[in-house]
Amino acid sequence: MREVAIVAFGQSDHRRDTAETSEVEMLMPVLHQALDAVGLRAGEIDFTCSGSCDYLAGRAFSFTMALDGVGAWPPISESHVEMDGAWALYEAWTRLLTGEAETALVYSYGKSSPGDLREVLTRQLDPYYVAPLWPDSVSLAALQAQALLDAEVTRDRGGPGDIVADERALAGVAARSRTAAEGNPHAQLAGSPPPETLLDEPYLVRPLRRHDCPPVGDGAAAVVLAAGDTARRLCRRPAWIRGMDHRTEAHSLGVRDLTRSPSSRLAAERAGAFEAPVDLAELHAPFTSQELILRRELRLGADVRVNPSGGALAANPMMAAGLIRLGEAAAAIHRGAADRALAHATSGPCLQQNLVAVLEGEAS
Amino acid sequence: MTKEPVAVVGIGQTKHTAARRDVSIAGLVREAAVRALEDAQLTWSDIDAVVIGKAPDFFEGVMMPELYLADALGAVGKPMLRVHTAGSVGGSTALVAAGLVAARVHRTVLTLAFEKQSESNAMWGLSLPIPFQQPLLAGAGGFFAPHVRAYMRRTGAPSGIGALVAYKDRRNALRNPYAHLHEHDLTLDQVRSSPMLWDPIRYSETCPSSDGACAMVLTDRAGADRAPYPPAWMHGGAMRSEPTLFAGKDFVSPRAGRDCAADVYRQAGITDPRREIDAVEMYVPFSWYEPMWLENLGFADEGEGWKLTESGVTELDGELPVNPSGGVLSTNPIGASGMLRFAEAALQVRGRAGEHQVDGARKALGHAYGGGSQFFSMWVVADTSPIG
Repeated sequence: MREVAIVAFGQSDHRRDTAETSEVEMLMPVLHQALDAVGLRAGEIDFTCSGSCDYLAGRAFSFTMALDGVGAWPPISESHVEMDGAWALYEAWTRLLTGEAETALVYSYGKSSPGDLREVLTRQLDPYYVAPLWPDSVSLAALQAQALLDAEVTRDRGGPGDIVADERALAGVAARSRTAAEGNPHAQLAGSPPPETLLDEPYLVRPLRRHDCPPVGDGAAAVVLAAGDTARRLCRRPAWIRGMDHRTEAHSLGVRDLTRSPSSRLAAERAGAFEAPVDLAELHAPFTSQELILRRELRLGADVRVNPSGGALAANPMMAAGLIRLGEAAAAIHRGAADRALAHATSGPCLQQNLVAVLEGEAS
Repeated sequence: MTKEPVAVVGIGQTKHTAARRDVSIAGLVREAAVRALEDAQLTWSDIDAVVIGKAPDFFEGVMMPELYLADALGAVGKPMLRVHTAGSVGGSTALVAAGLVAARVHRTVLTLAFEKQSESNAMWGLSLPIPFQQPLLAGAGGFFAPHVRAYMRRTGAPSGIGALVAYKDRRNALRNPYAHLHEHDLTLDQVRSSPMLWDPIRYSETCPSSDGACAMVLTDRAGADRAPYPPAWMHGGAMRSEPTLFAGKDFVSPRAGRDCAADVYRQAGITDPRREIDAVEMYVPFSWYEPMWLENLGFADEGEGWKLTESGVTELDGELPVNPSGGVLSTNPIGASGMLRFAEAALQVRGRAGEHQVDGARKALGHAYGGGSQFFSMWVVADTSPIG
C-alpha cells in the first residue's frame, strides 16, 4: 500500500457563537494555516475534499460558498462529503492510494450557532417513524448512557479496556477532559472542578449532567495529506496513516445494543489498531458515556493518553470535530509527543457510524 | 504504481415518476439496489462498501439520510460514504466508489444515488434566503436562462435549436421504460408553442421533477471475470470545480468542464472525441445545454455546437447520439440524474440498453454538472478492459 501521511493541521478557535463571521470567513484562516505550514498554495494541491452539512447552514448547497474561499481557479480536482471531515480525509486518502494525487487538502467546518442544534439533529432520524417525535440528541445520548450504567457487563474483570461505568466515572471523564483542555488554546471550554464536585450538579437529562455533554459551538479544521517522499519533503516528522477504516451500524436504536460499538471495534481491527499498542488516542466522544464505550471497544488501557486536547467535551464543532481528532493525533506525532496514535471520528445518533485511523511517526 | 481496473457489472434503476407514494425513501433506494445486484447476480453479502449520493438534504427534509438508509442498503457492518457535489453528485458518487476499487481498498462496491422530490419541494429547497447573498428565488431555470441567452448571442444560434433537443430527447425517452416522461403524442410544434417560463426557456424544454434512484455495482478484474453479463470498463474519470461567481467566469463554457473533459480523454487515450466516442449521456436539464455542452466537451468547435444538433448528428440514429435514454429532460431525480448518465453510458457499451441501444456502441461518455455550472464529473466507459 502506498505511504500517505498527514503533514499539516490547522483549526479555528472554537466558539459558542460566531455571528460576526460567515462560514467562509471562519474557514479561510484555517485553510491558510494548514497550507502555510507546508508552504503550498491551493493551486499546488492535487485533490481537495471537504465535509460539511447543509442543515447547519440552513440552506442548500452551502458548501459551494466555502469552495469559493479555497480559491478554485484555475479549476481544481475537488469533491465533498455531507459528513464530518474525517470522512473527507478518508476519500482523499483513497485518492492518494491510487497514485492519482501526491497531495490533498481536506477541510471541514460547521456553525451550530444559527439554530437550535438539539432540534436540528432530530432531522437526522428516521423521517417517518422517529423524527416526527423530535427526540433530541442529548435525550438519545442519555438513553445510551443509562443503558451503559444499567449493564452489569461493564463491571467485569478489569482487563485492558474494561471499564467501570457509574456516574462517578462519567464525571471523571468530564473533569479529565476539561482539565486537559487548559493546554489547548483552541478549546471552547477548559478547566473543571474535581469529579466529586461535579456529582453535586443537577441532571440535564438523567443520567447526564451538563458536564457530560459537549459544548455547542462553531469551528473549522483543515489538514494536508501527502504521499511518500513528498510527505517527507513537506514535514519533518510526517504522521503516516498506517490504516484507516470506517463502519456503520443500524439506525434504529431498538435494534442495537447501545452499550457496545461493534462498528468501532471492526473499524479499529481493519485499520490495524490492535497489531501494536498505541500511546495516544483522540476519540470523538461527544458525551462522557461514549468515551467509556469507545475505550472498551478500542481496548485502550490506562496507559494510553486519551484526548490530551480535551476532546469533543472541550470543543465539538459539528462536521469538524472528527477531523480535528485526526489532526490533533497527527500534530502530536509531528511534534514528537506520540509515536503511534489512534484517531476516531463518529457520526449519527449514539455512535451509529465510526471511523478509526492509526497514525505513526518514524523513529528519529 | 498501477491502479486496479474498475468494471461496472450491475446496473439498476427505478421507474421514474413524479411521486412514488407507494414507497418510503428506503423502499425507493432498495428497489434500485436490488435490481443492480440482480443484474450482477450478486447478493448483499458480496458488497464490501456502499457509496451513496444525493442533492441537498432539503429536497426531502431529512438531514444526512444515509444514516437512516444504512439498513435498507445492507450497509450495516460496512463502510458507507455520502457524497454531495450539487447536481454533479450522481457522477461524483460513482467516481468515489470507483476510487475505492481502483485503490484496492475494496473489491466490490455498491454505489447509489437518489432523489424523492415528492417528499418536499425542490423549488423551496433551492430558494432558502440567507443574509447578504442573492437569493435564487426563481429556482434553477432562472439562474441558467441568462447563460442560454448569452450562448445564443455569442454563436448566432437560431431560436429553434432548443426545441429540437427537447423533441429528440422526449422521443428517445419513449424507448426507455424507466424514463419519467412518456409523451407519446408530443409534436415539435407543441414544444415550440409551449409556455415561456424563463425566456428563452419554454416549458417543454425543461426537466421534470422526479422520484427515482439509480444503482451500480462496481468491481475489480476478478469480479468482472465472474460477471454473468458483459461489464463496462472505466477508462477515465475526473472531477473539476471552479468558483460560483467571479468576474472571469465563462458561464457559457466553464473552464472546469473543459478541463474535466480533457483529463478524462487523456486518461482514456482519446484524441478525437467526436470520432472515437460512440454515445454520449450528457446532463441537459434545459434543452439549450446540449449544443452548449457539445462545445464544452470538445465534440464541436466553439460556436458550432448548435449546428451539430440542427443537422441531426445527435439523434439516436445520428453519428453521435446524445442522450439515447431521453436524458435529464425526460427524467430528473436530481441527485440521481448524474449517476443515470454514468449508468446509461455503461448500459450502452454493455449492449444492454434495450430499445434505446445505439448500434455498435463500444465507447461512451457519461457527464454531469452541478451548482452554478461549477462542478463537473465525467467518465468514459468501454466494452474492453483498459489493460487489454
